[in-house]
Amino acid sequence: MKPQPLSDPLVLYGHAFPSRLLLGTSRYPSPAVLQQALSVAQPAMITASLRRQTAASVDASQGFWQLLGDSGVPVLPNTAGCHTAQEVITTAQMAREVFQTDWIKLELIGDDYTLQPDTLQLVEVASTLIKQGFRVLPYCTEDLLVCRKLVDVGCQAVMPWAAPIGTGKGPINPYAMRMLRERLSVPMIVDAGLGLPSHACQVMEWGYDAVLLNTAVALATDPVTMAQAFALAVLAGRHAFIAGTMNEQEAAQPSTPVLGTPFWHQS
Amino acid sequence: MRTIHIRVNQRAHELSAGCTLEEALASLGFKPPFAVALNLHFVPRDRYADTTLKDQDQIEVISPITGG
Repeated sequence: MKPQPLSDPLVLYGHAFPSRLLLGTSRYPSPAVLQQALSVAQPAMITASLRRQTAASVDASQGFWQLLGDSGVPVLPNTAGCHTAQEVITTAQMAREVFQTDWIKLELIGDDYTLQPDTLQLVEVASTLIKQGFRVLPYCTEDLLVCRKLVDVGCQAVMPWAAPIGTGKGPINPYAMRMLRERLSVPMIVDAGLGLPSHACQVMEWGYDAVLLNTAVALATDPVTMAQAFALAVLAGRHAFIAGTMNEQEAAQPSTPVLGTPFWHQS
Repeated sequence: MRTIHIRVNQRAHELSAGCTLEEALASLGFKPPFAVALNLHFVPRDRYADTTLKDQDQIEVISPITGG
């Protein structure tokens, strides 16, 4: 049986998306594999970036541009690699012109080893971009106060990491992530650090609204099948959240009715 | 003829003084789609023609690539 999506679209900045999976486009074995992965996963958005045009890069860039257009999936440009507020703002403005979209995945890197976002500058940069008309999806940590302040300056969604980018570790701080989900009501997308479909399913069960991932699919032995696996896991987690999970019990409780058990004698 | 020295995507170039951004981009053969920053500030496409370059200007010309 093919799982059917629930009629509860992901709503970001008033825009409804039919899927709760966002996919990165990097590190795939080939453009053809990326294209197939997008075709089976049907993501809500796909991320893209901007880099210097060189004689060596221009053909790949134009091929990717064609692929983006053919995919029909909305593009979410990122500001990957930016280390200062000015770099982020300029990159976002350039992305808006190139991709013809106000959506921006705000990445402001504070540490090159962990790729941890610079949360001390993030809020101010987000505020500037919001005032310039961008629909900002900020990549952040699971810090409650940072996320709350991002919301205060106008972010209508936030994107806390599960673990550092590309590690595939899954949620390394489940307590903080669950508490964050409880404390904030805006849409939250888990961005970065997921390695397994079960990780995606778990955060969706906790009530996160969507996941954004790249490496876990792109570096799978079979990225196309893994893209489908993540799409199903996201759907399963969302169904479970909507359905409401049972309360965990300390003691065993038989699921089969005891009444009428054959060969049973009261001692 | 006076010249200016600029850097485009970190590479040095010598151009005629008074050269506009539009002329520089055309002469250097960049292919769309791309966007441009001049000295770390975005320059919209409709401003290329009236942006006159100066000596030591730093230009970034960037194009779409895959990203996460």
